[in-house]
Amino acid sequence: MARSEPLLRAEGVTKEFFGVTALSNVDFELAAGEIHALVGENGAGKSTLIKILTGAYRRDRGKITLEGEPVDPADVKDAQKLGIGTVYQEVNLLPNLTVAENLFLGREPKRFGLTSHREANRRSREILSQYGLDIDVTAVLATYSVAVRQIVAIARAVDLSGKVLILDEPTASLDAAEVTRLFAILEGLKARGLGIVFITHFFDQVYRIADRVTILRNGQKVATRPIEGLERLELVSMMLGRELKEQEAHAAEPVDYSRKPVIASFQGIGKRGRIAPFDLTMHAGEVVGVAGLLGSGRTETAELMFGIAQPDEGRISVDGSPVSFSSPREAIRHGFGFCPEDRKLDGIVEDLSVRENVILALQARRGWAKPLSRKEQEEIADRYIAALDIRTSDREKPIKFLSGGNQQKVILARWLATDPRLLILDEPTRGIDVGAHAEIIRLIGELRERGMSLLVISSELEELVAYATRVRVLADRRHTGELEAGAITPDTIMRAIAAGEDETPGDRGGQGRATEIMAEGAA
Amino acid sequence: MTMPATLKRVLPQLIALLVILALNTAIAPGFLDIAYANGRLYGSLIDILNRGAPVALLAIGMTLVIATRGIDLSVGAVMAICGAVAAALITSDHSLPATILMTLGVGILCGLWNGALVAFLGIQPIIATLILMVAGRGIAQLITEGVILTFNVPGLIFVGSGSVFGLPFPVILWVVLGIAATLIFRTTALGLLVEAIGINRRASALAGIGTSALLLAVYAASGLCAAVAGIVAAADIRGADANNAGLWLELDAILAVVVGGNSLMGGRFSIAGSLIGAMIIQSVNTGILLAGFPPEFNLVIKAAIIVVILVVQSPASHTLFAFVKNRPGRTIGAPTPAAKTKEEAAR
Repeated sequence: MARSEPLLRAEGVTKEFFGVTALSNVDFELAAGEIHALVGENGAGKSTLIKILTGAYRRDRGKITLEGEPVDPADVKDAQKLGIGTVYQEVNLLPNLTVAENLFLGREPKRFGLTSHREANRRSREILSQYGLDIDVTAVLATYSVAVRQIVAIARAVDLSGKVLILDEPTASLDAAEVTRLFAILEGLKARGLGIVFITHFFDQVYRIADRVTILRNGQKVATRPIEGLERLELVSMMLGRELKEQEAHAAEPVDYSRKPVIASFQGIGKRGRIAPFDLTMHAGEVVGVAGLLGSGRTETAELMFGIAQPDEGRISVDGSPVSFSSPREAIRHGFGFCPEDRKLDGIVEDLSVRENVILALQARRGWAKPLSRKEQEEIADRYIAALDIRTSDREKPIKFLSGGNQQKVILARWLATDPRLLILDEPTRGIDVGAHAEIIRLIGELRERGMSLLVISSELEELVAYATRVRVLADRRHTGELEAGAITPDTIMRAIAAGEDETPGDRGGQGRATEIMAEGAA
Repeated sequence: MTMPATLKRVLPQLIALLVILALNTAIAPGFLDIAYANGRLYGSLIDILNRGAPVALLAIGMTLVIATRGIDLSVGAVMAICGAVAAALITSDHSLPATILMTLGVGILCGLWNGALVAFLGIQPIIATLILMVAGRGIAQLITEGVILTFNVPGLIFVGSGSVFGLPFPVILWVVLGIAATLIFRTTALGLLVEAIGINRRASALAGIGTSALLLAVYAASGLCAAVAGIVAAADIRGADANNAGLWLELDAILAVVVGGNSLMGGRFSIAGSLIGAMIIQSVNTGILLAGFPPEFNLVIKAAIIVVILVVQSPASHTLFAFVKNRPGRTIGAPTPAAKTKEEAAR
C-alpha cells in the first residue's frame, strides 16, 4: 500500500487559533492509490488538518510535500491547481446552476470567445459517464438528490485536481444504497491512482473502504495504522484515549407509568399534511423513544408538542388543565424544553459566548426586565460546563468555535438551566463523537431518574433500546405503534416500523386504535 | 460589561476621531478654541457636537435595528413627517408638551408600521422600510400642504437652538438619549436578546425569546429617535420643510453605525461606538468646510476618508495587526491574505 515516496506528505504541521492549539506537530502521509481514513472525536483536529492541506487555512509551522516537491497552497484554488481537490459535507456547488455549469464553473469551454454550452454539456456527459451517472446535464442541480450532487462534486474535484481527493464526511446524508454507489466510485478512483482522504464518523465504513487509518486526538496524531488486523475496540480506545468499558445497552425495567404523575397529555392533536392526529401522555420519570424512518413525522410530532406548529385539532393539557401553545414561548412557560435536530440552524447562537448560550432560554423565560446578574450567569454556565464536561477553554468563548458534540451539550445545558419537566430531544447524538455520545446517553438516564419526562427522537435503534422506557413507532406521518419496556430491542423496533410502512395510507380509520393494536402485537 | 471592556470596544473609533480632529487642527489653527459668550459655548468642537445631533439621534435607533440584522431606510422620511406634524400642531395652537408628545407618538407609530411588516409579514427590512422612505415625504407634504410650514414659538425653537449648561440643547438630547438607550439595553436583558435575534432568529425563537415583540420594539425605538431628530431639525430652521428635512440622513446614520464598528450582519452592538461614528462623520464634514476645498470635492474626500476608516476596522486588517504584534517564529514567509489587502489598499 504505502510506497517509498508518498503522494502527499505533511510533517510537523501546527496550527493555533488565538492561542489555542488546534493541531500540534501532526505528520500525515497519503500514498497514490490509497484510501486513507481520518478519524477522531469532534475537535480532534480533522477539519483543521484538511483545511491546511487544501489551503483554506495557513499552517503556523510544518512542511507539506506533494510528490516529493514542497508545496504551500495559498488558497483553495491554488491547492486545486496543485492537484488537491476537496468535497465537503455540505456540497460546495451552486444548486441554481445546471449540472454542466457546475462542472465547468470558472473554466467554461470557449468558442470564439463565448461560452460554448454545447461543448460543456458534451464534456459533462463524458465525465459523468465515467461515474456511471447518466443524467440530464442541462437540468438545474437542485433537481437532483444529495447523492447525485455529491458525485457531481467529486467529478468536478477530480477533473480539476486529479491527484488528491479529500472527502469530508461525504456519507453523512446518504442512505445505504447511495453509500454503496459512492464507495464503488471511490474504488474506481483509487484504481486510477488517486490518493483519497476520507473523513467519517462511521466505523463500519472505515472498515469497508479504507486501506489505512490515521487517528487524531486533541490536535495530535495518535497513530497511522493499516486497517487490516486493527481491532475495532483498539480503534475506539485510540480515539478516546482510554480503555472503553463495554457499552451498557440493556432495556430499562418495565415500570407501571399509569401510577406516575402525568406531566402533559396530548389528545388527538394533528396537523393536516404534516402528521395525523395522535394521542400521547407523558409521565414523570419516563423516556419515550420515537422511532421511524426519515420523513415519517418524528420532527413534526415534536413541533406540535412544543408549539412550533399549531395543531388543527385535538387538546393539550398540562397538569390536568387545558392549554394551547401558539409559540414555543408558551410551551416553555409550562416547563417544556426542546433540543432541535439541526443544531447549527435552530440551536446555537453562533457569535454569543458559551455562557450566553447556556442562559438564553432561562433569561427568555424570566423576561427582559429581570436580567440574570453577571455573577448568576457565570455560576450557571460554570455549573453546566463542569456537570456536562463541556470542553471549552473559556466560558466566554463564542460557541461557534466549539466542536459539534460540545455545542450539543451547551444546548442541553440551556434547557437544563430552565429546569424543565418535559424535555424533547430531536436526534441528540447526531454527528457527535463517540465520547460525547456515551455521555449524552448517560445523561438521559440520569434525568429520567430525577423525575423528568423525556421524549427522544433517534435514528439509532441501539440507542433507543438503551434509554427508552417505551418506544413510539411512526410511519408515513402517523403514529403506528408503541413498544413497552421489556419488548424493546432493535429488532422489534425495526419490525414495528416495517409493519407501519406496510399499512395502506388510505386506511386512516381510528388512529388511537391502531396504536393499541400495535402495542399488543409487539408485546 | 466592565468599563475597560466598553472602552476597548470603542478604542478604534476614538482613535479615528482623534486623528480627524488633529487633521482639522492642522488645517484650521483656531479649531480647538472654545469661547464662552451670552451663556453658551462657541467653537468648532461645539459646532460638531451640535451639527451632528440629527445623525447621532438616528444612529441610536439604527444601531438597535441593525443589531437585529435589519435596517431602517425610512428614518429620513420619518424625520420629515414628524417635523411636519410638530409644525402643524404648534401652529394650530396646541400646547408645547402636547405637540411634542403627539409628534413622538407619530414617530413610534411609523416605527411600529415598519416593525409589523418585518416581524409579522416577514418582509425583508430593506424593502419594508423602503416603503415608508418613499411614501414618507409624500405624507409630510400632505401635512404641510406643500409649503414650508414656519412657526415662531419660543419653546419649540429652544429644542433646536436653545442651550443648557452652556451646551446647545440638541447635544444634551443625543447624549442623554444615548446614555438612556445604553442603560435600558445593557442593564436589562434586552441587549442580549436583541443580539441573539440578530445572530440567529430561528434559534432565538426556539429558545423562547419573543422575537416579534422585540422586533416591533426595536423599530419603534428607531421611529422614536427619528421623531426626536425631526423635531430638532424643524426647530433649528423654525419650520417644517417636507422636501429637505432629513434628506439622505438615513445613509449617514447607517454609515455612523458601521463606522462605529457594528456589523450589518447583526449581533453584537455598541451604541457608544455609533455615536462616536456620527461625530467622526460630522468632523469630516466640518474639516472639509474649514479646509476651503471647492465644494465639488467635498463628497469625494468624505468618501475617501470613510474608506480608510473602514479598511482600518476591517477583519482583514485586524488579522494583520495581530500578525505584526505577536510575530512568532514562523516558517512561512508568504504574505497573508490580510497583508495583500492592505498592500492593495495602500496603492
